[in-house]
Amino acid sequence: MSYCYFPGCSLKSTGRAYEESLLAVFRALEVPLQELDDWNCCGATSYMSVDEVQAFTLAARNLGLAEKLGGGNGHGPMDLVAPCSACYLVLSKTQRYLVEHADLARQVNSGLQAVGLTCENRVRVRHPLDILVNDIGLERIAKLVKERLKGLKVASYYGCQVVRPFATFDSPWAPTTMDRVVEALGAKAVKWPLKTRCCGGTLIGTVPEVGLRLSQILLQEAQRREADVVVTVCPLCQYNLECNQDEMGRRLGEPIRLPVLYLTQLMGLAFGLPERDLGMQRLFVPFRRTAAAQEGGRAVHV
Amino acid sequence: MFDPTPNGAPRVGFYICHCGTNIAGTVDVESVAEYVSTLPGVVVSRHYKYMCSDPGQELIQQDIRDHQLNRIVVASCSPLLHEHTFRHATAQAGLNPYYFQMVNIRENVSWVNTDPAAATLKAKDLARAAIRRVAHHRSLERKRVPINPNVLIVGGGIAGIHAALTLANAGKHVTLVEREPTIGGHMAMFDKTFPTLDCAACILTPKMSAVKTHPNITLWTYSEVSQVDGYVGNYQVRVTRKPRYIKEELCVGCLECITGCLYKDARFPDEFNQGLSKRKPIYIPFPQATPQVVLVDPDTCIQLKSGKCKKSCVEACDRDAIDFTQTEEIKELEVGTIILATGFQVFDAGRSPFYGYGVYPNVYTALEIERLVNASGPTGGEVLLRDGRTPKKVGIVHCVGSRDEKTNRWCSRVCCMYSLKLAHLVKEHTGAEIYNFYIDMRTPGKSYEEFYDKLLKEGVHFIRGRVAEVTDWARSPEEEGKLIVRVEDTLIGVVRRIPVDMLVLSVGLEPRADAQQMRRMFNISCSTEGFFLERHPKLAPVNTFTDGIYIAGACQGPRDIPDTVAQAGAAAAEALTLIDTGYVEMEPNTAFIQEAECSGCKSCIPLCPYKAISFVEDKKKAYINEALCKGCGTCVAACPSGSIVQNLFEDEQIFSEIDGLLADVARV
Repeated sequence: MSYCYFPGCSLKSTGRAYEESLLAVFRALEVPLQELDDWNCCGATSYMSVDEVQAFTLAARNLGLAEKLGGGNGHGPMDLVAPCSACYLVLSKTQRYLVEHADLARQVNSGLQAVGLTCENRVRVRHPLDILVNDIGLERIAKLVKERLKGLKVASYYGCQVVRPFATFDSPWAPTTMDRVVEALGAKAVKWPLKTRCCGGTLIGTVPEVGLRLSQILLQEAQRREADVVVTVCPLCQYNLECNQDEMGRRLGEPIRLPVLYLTQLMGLAFGLPERDLGMQRLFVPFRRTAAAQEGGRAVHV
Repeated sequence: MFDPTPNGAPRVGFYICHCGTNIAGTVDVESVAEYVSTLPGVVVSRHYKYMCSDPGQELIQQDIRDHQLNRIVVASCSPLLHEHTFRHATAQAGLNPYYFQMVNIRENVSWVNTDPAAATLKAKDLARAAIRRVAHHRSLERKRVPINPNVLIVGGGIAGIHAALTLANAGKHVTLVEREPTIGGHMAMFDKTFPTLDCAACILTPKMSAVKTHPNITLWTYSEVSQVDGYVGNYQVRVTRKPRYIKEELCVGCLECITGCLYKDARFPDEFNQGLSKRKPIYIPFPQATPQVVLVDPDTCIQLKSGKCKKSCVEACDRDAIDFTQTEEIKELEVGTIILATGFQVFDAGRSPFYGYGVYPNVYTALEIERLVNASGPTGGEVLLRDGRTPKKVGIVHCVGSRDEKTNRWCSRVCCMYSLKLAHLVKEHTGAEIYNFYIDMRTPGKSYEEFYDKLLKEGVHFIRGRVAEVTDWARSPEEEGKLIVRVEDTLIGVVRRIPVDMLVLSVGLEPRADAQQMRRMFNISCSTEGFFLERHPKLAPVNTFTDGIYIAGACQGPRDIPDTVAQAGAAAAEALTLIDTGYVEMEPNTAFIQEAECSGCKSCIPLCPYKAISFVEDKKKAYINEALCKGCGTCVAACPSGSIVQNLFEDEQIFSEIDGLLADVARV
C-alpha cells in the first residue's frame, strides 16, 4: 500500500498540525504517503467563483502530475490522497466534470499539453478517512492503540465537503466512518445530528456574525451532548471551531471552551506518539486539561 | 375468402399513416407514398391521416374490392398496437389476413429520429422491404383452442378478493392463492378509509368471509405460485403450500392452543401490527383473519427448532389439529386465465435517513400509525408514544420515498389522502396539534378535495415545504425532548423549526421486492419503476402483453381502494369475456416439419423450450404439436437439414425482406 499525497495550502499553513499528525499516524500504520512533487493550488473556493476554467486547469495539473507518476504502468489507477476537504472536493469535482463535459476536457487538456501533462481520469482521488476505514481497516488501527481513551466522549464533525455532493465512501446524511475510527481507538462516539451541518466556512471572514454563530451552534450542541472533544478532518472546520472561541464569546455572549482536534491528532495520542509529532502544541484550546478531568477515565496524555 | 393463386402476380396496396403528426411530423409521408407507387407490384399507394380509424380501414377495403388487391402493406405504428386491426380489416374485405404486412415507422422511425430527410429515407427502405416480403406470404388459418374456464388469482388483498367474488358469482371456479397466512392485504390493517371514514374492517371482513365460504372459490393461504407453464386458456400452475403445522380442516380458531403455548408471554414481533406488539410462536395474525386458522412460526417455536418442547399447545387443542410433521406441499392446477393482484410494499423509510426513522423511537411510518389508531391494534386504538405518553404535537411528513429523484420519482397517489385521514384520526384520538408537511396537496377524487377542506376547518396545520431533517437538536427549553422538524415554509419564505412529540412518515408505495421474479414467472413485463406493465396505459389497463394474464390493483401502480376495486372488476370482466367465448384463436406463426427432408436426427427435440416436438417412431420423423408451439424459431434455426419451416417466417419471406431493405444500399 502506497499513496501519493496532495497537501494543499492549508496543511502547510493554518493546518500544519493536520499534516504533522497525518504523516505521523500513517507512518505508525506503516502506510507511506509520498508527497506529490511540484503540486500547486487545488483551485478551491475563490478561484472557482472567479474563473472556473482556470480553477479546473489548476486542479487538473495536480491530477496530471499524479497521473504521470502512476498511470499507464499497469498497476491500476494512482491513489491521490487529499486530506483537506476543499482540495478533496475540488479534485473530485474536476475529475467528474472533465469526464462529463468533453468541451471543458479539451480546453483543460490543451492547457496541460503546454507543460507536457494530460488529465485522463487515471487517478483516484481519496480522502484519508476512506483509506483508514476501507484500505487499512479498523482492526489494524485498533491494534496500535496504546493509550486507552476509555470514557472519552468524542463528537465527530465531518463538515460538508467530505460527503457532499459526492458521497463516495460514506452516507451524505448520516456519515459514520469517523465515528467508527473513534470507537476503534476505544473512545465513545457521541451521537449527534449536526455532523455535516455548516461550520460557517468562509463567512467567518466576510459576515462574521453569521459565521461565528454557525460555528457556535456546533460547539454548543456538542457540549450539550457532553462531548469532551470535537474531532474533524477539515482544516477550515478546525480553524473555525477552535480559533474563534474567544471571539464567539465576545461577540455573541455564551462563552464556550471545547477542544477541537484533528482526527489524526486523537489517533496519534491513542497510538502513544509524542505530542510534538502531532502538533498538539499548536492548539489554541489545549486538550490535556479537559481530558485529565475525564470522569471514569484517566488522563489521555500526561 | 378468395385466395389468389400462389403464383399469381401480387397486386399490392400500400398505405402510410400520418398518425396525426406523430409520423408526418418527421417523415415526409407523401413522398414515401409516391416512391412506393413506383415499386413493382404496387397497384395502389396512399397516405392518410389516421389509418386505424374507420375511414382508414374502409379505404383499404374499398381498394381491395375496386382493384382486386391481393397484398396489403400498412406503414404506421407498432404491430403490437394495430396489427390485429388491419388484419381484421383485410379479412373483412374477403382477403386472407395473412396477406397483410405491417411496417413500424413510428416507434422505429419518427419517434427515434430528428432528421426528417433521414427518417423519410428509412421509411422508404422499410416499406420497400415489406413490399418485397409480402409477395411471398401465404394464406394461413388460425386454430381454435378451447379455454379452461377456471381462474387463478394471485394475491388476496382487496383486489384479489373483489375479482374472486365477481368471477365466483358469475359461476366460474376460482383458486385464490395468498402468500400470507390470511387474506385481507393492506386494507385489513387500516382503521378507517378515506374520505368517508367508514370502518375498513366493517366493509372488508364480510367480503373476506364470503371468499372463504363461496362454493366456487378454493382459498389457499400461506401459499405461493412457484411455476407457470402453458398458454392462454390452458395454463398449468404449480403452487407451493407452506406448512402451517396445523390441519386447516380441523382448526376452528378457538385459540386455546395460543393460551396453552409454553411461552406464557408473547415475545416475538407481531408482523401484522408492524412489530408494535408481540405474538407467540403459535398465533393468528388478527382476530378476523381468514381463514380462522392459527399457524406455527418455525423460527420461534421450540418444538420446531429443537424438538424438545412438552408441546402444551397440542394438549390444549381438543381437535388434534396441531401437526408438527407437516411439510411443504406442492399442488398442481390447470386454469385458463390468471389475475395478478399482488399489491405493493411501502417504502422503507430508513432509505431516507434524514427523517430519523430507526434513529428516534417516536418517528413512525404511516402503516404503524394505521395500527395504532386501529381499535383492534396493539394499543386498542389509543395513539401512544413508545414510552406510553400521549403526544401533544404530531407532525406528518408527506412524500416520503415519493417524488424524490434519490429514491422513487413517482407520486404514490394515496399518501396525501391517507395523511389527511391520519391527521383527522390522530387529532380525534389525542386532541394533539397536527402539522402536515407537504410539497403539493393532491386530492383528485370523488369527495377528496372536500375532505381536505374539512381538515383545514378542523384546524390542522399545513406547511408547504419539504422537510429537510428531523433531529433531537434542541435549542431552547421548549424544544428539549422533542423531535425537531426543520423545514422551509415556502408560503412565508422562512426556515422553521417545529418541535413535535410524534412524527409520522407518509411512506410511498413501491413494487413488491420480488416483482421481477413474478414478472419472469408469468412472462409479463414491468414498467421502468418496476410495477407490472399494462398492455395499454389507457385502453387496456388490466391486460398484459401475455394473453389470458391480467393485473389488478397496486401491483400495476399506486392506487387507492376505489380504483383498485374498479380495476379488479375490470380484470374479472376481461377474464369472463375470454372464458365465455369458449375458445382462443392461436396465431398461425407456428413451425412445422417438411417430412420428406427430415432425417430424424432428433436435434430439435431437446432444444424446444415448450416441449412441442416429439419423435414419431414408425416414421422416424420429428413432429411439432401446433398447440404447444409458440413460434420462437429455435428449431428452425437448428435443423441441420433445413426441414423445419415456420409460418410467416419462411426463408424466402425473410430473404426477400432483407433484399428489399438493402436494394438501395448503393446510395450509402
